[in-house]
Amino acid sequence: MTTTDPTFTSDQAGADGDRTDERTGTGTRATRIIGIATIVAMGWLVAFGLGFSPEDRDQRESVRLLYVHVPTIWIAYLAFTVTAVASGLYFFGKKKSLGWDRLAGASAEVGTVFVAVTLVIGAMWGRLTWGVFWQWDARLTTTALLFVTYIGYLAVRRLGGTHEQRARRSAVIGMLAVLEIPLVHWSVRLWRSLHQDATVLDADGDVSMDGLMLFSLFVGVIAFSLLYVWLVMHRTRVMAMEDLLEDRGLDDAVAARRAEAAAPTSGAAPAATTPSAAPEEGTV
Amino acid sequence: MSVWRIGWQVALKDLRIEWNSRVFVNQVLPFAGVTMVIFAFALDADSVLQRVAPGLVWLATMFSMLVLVQRSFAVETADGALDALRVAGIDPRAIYLGKAVALGVQLLVLEVVLLFAAVVLYGQTIPTDGVVLLVTTLISATCGLAAVGTLYGGLAAGFTGRETLLPLLTFPAVAPVLIGATRAVEAALGTAGAVVSDGWPWVGLLAVFAVAFGVGGALAFGPLIDE
Repeated sequence: MTTTDPTFTSDQAGADGDRTDERTGTGTRATRIIGIATIVAMGWLVAFGLGFSPEDRDQRESVRLLYVHVPTIWIAYLAFTVTAVASGLYFFGKKKSLGWDRLAGASAEVGTVFVAVTLVIGAMWGRLTWGVFWQWDARLTTTALLFVTYIGYLAVRRLGGTHEQRARRSAVIGMLAVLEIPLVHWSVRLWRSLHQDATVLDADGDVSMDGLMLFSLFVGVIAFSLLYVWLVMHRTRVMAMEDLLEDRGLDDAVAARRAEAAAPTSGAAPAATTPSAAPEEGTV
Repeated sequence: MSVWRIGWQVALKDLRIEWNSRVFVNQVLPFAGVTMVIFAFALDADSVLQRVAPGLVWLATMFSMLVLVQRSFAVETADGALDALRVAGIDPRAIYLGKAVALGVQLLVLEVVLLFAAVVLYGQTIPTDGVVLLVTTLISATCGLAAVGTLYGGLAAGFTGRETLLPLLTFPAVAPVLIGATRAVEAALGTAGAVVSDGWPWVGLLAVFAVAFGVGGALAFGPLIDE
């Protein structure tokens, strides 16, 4: 039994060495470039959104909320599409690669935050232009339900169990949401169209957009796309580390317990437990 | 045996358990009834109650459905019964269909009782020319609710936190049913000047919903419970 102890520790030391090499952070050259690009694009967005773009004839200064409101919801749609596709790739793929699952989860998290931003900004904008925070408009209602649906998806990811259980369950929910959202949208639209003729939001479509405003919106889309990519890359890596920590944490605990059971003498026990405690501290 | 035959056996088993335990009659129906009473406290005036009665019937149905779904899967997970069914080689689609049918039967009984409560408590009247629409709506909405409830009930079965997770997953998903069924029942009952012909597009929506989630649920249920 004593011969197994050194193999455990040397094994751990080897794996630990690998980990300290690559896990000093989640940043790589690619994320750093994207991160800097994001900052630059956000700076441009602030300059164009708050400075260069003109104020609206009807909505005055409040129109500047557009440059955040619209890009965030577009990127959120993109994020949820990525979630659905990644869920499908996990679910139907032969390899059952957990990487797809993490991409789906990270994308859904970022998408949910972006929808929240859209809703909050939209409520503020609504207060300024319509006088109310909320309208029971088809698009607003669908967006609110979309938000709650993905909150549910994220809750399912935290149900517990093994990584594979999590991946399978959330892949099913991620794909079901694609089934659910069109149904919700259809019903809400039917509901509103029967009860309410014209909505305030429809008027927005008629606003002929100034060239500079359109360009500012374009800058916003670029900036939030970069932010999305940057966040998802980091989040996916953090998730991979979390998964690894859970796996290794269990292995380490089992190894420590085995070592304790194998060598009850006072001399061997600390020697076996110290290396197992070290990696956990290293990763935190 | 075919999937349908086994599903039918699973449904009979569930209904027999309910019949023997009397939980549905002794707890769920009274809960639905008291929900209808507290709606009256919250909305006070008689005219308001009459106008919103169809919506309240469906709200009470959905709250009670949560209780029924929890119960339906508490029975399965208590002694590892769900695992036993899987070990017995039963097709998960059959389990899904059977449990959905059993849930649907209970929901139908519940809805009829709630409609009766709306007649008694809220002064609703049921015109004869709306009966066909009403029955069609009840059946199609129930199919959709049972499909969603069974799917999400099975998802969280056996995990801690499922009691709180189920409403969060279920309510956004069944929002179309709440909207469609409420409008269709309003049309059937002639609430606020609605006419019967207004109701049929909503029944179409309910039917599409039921088929979509029925098929999706039957396919997804296996991977979900197969841990």
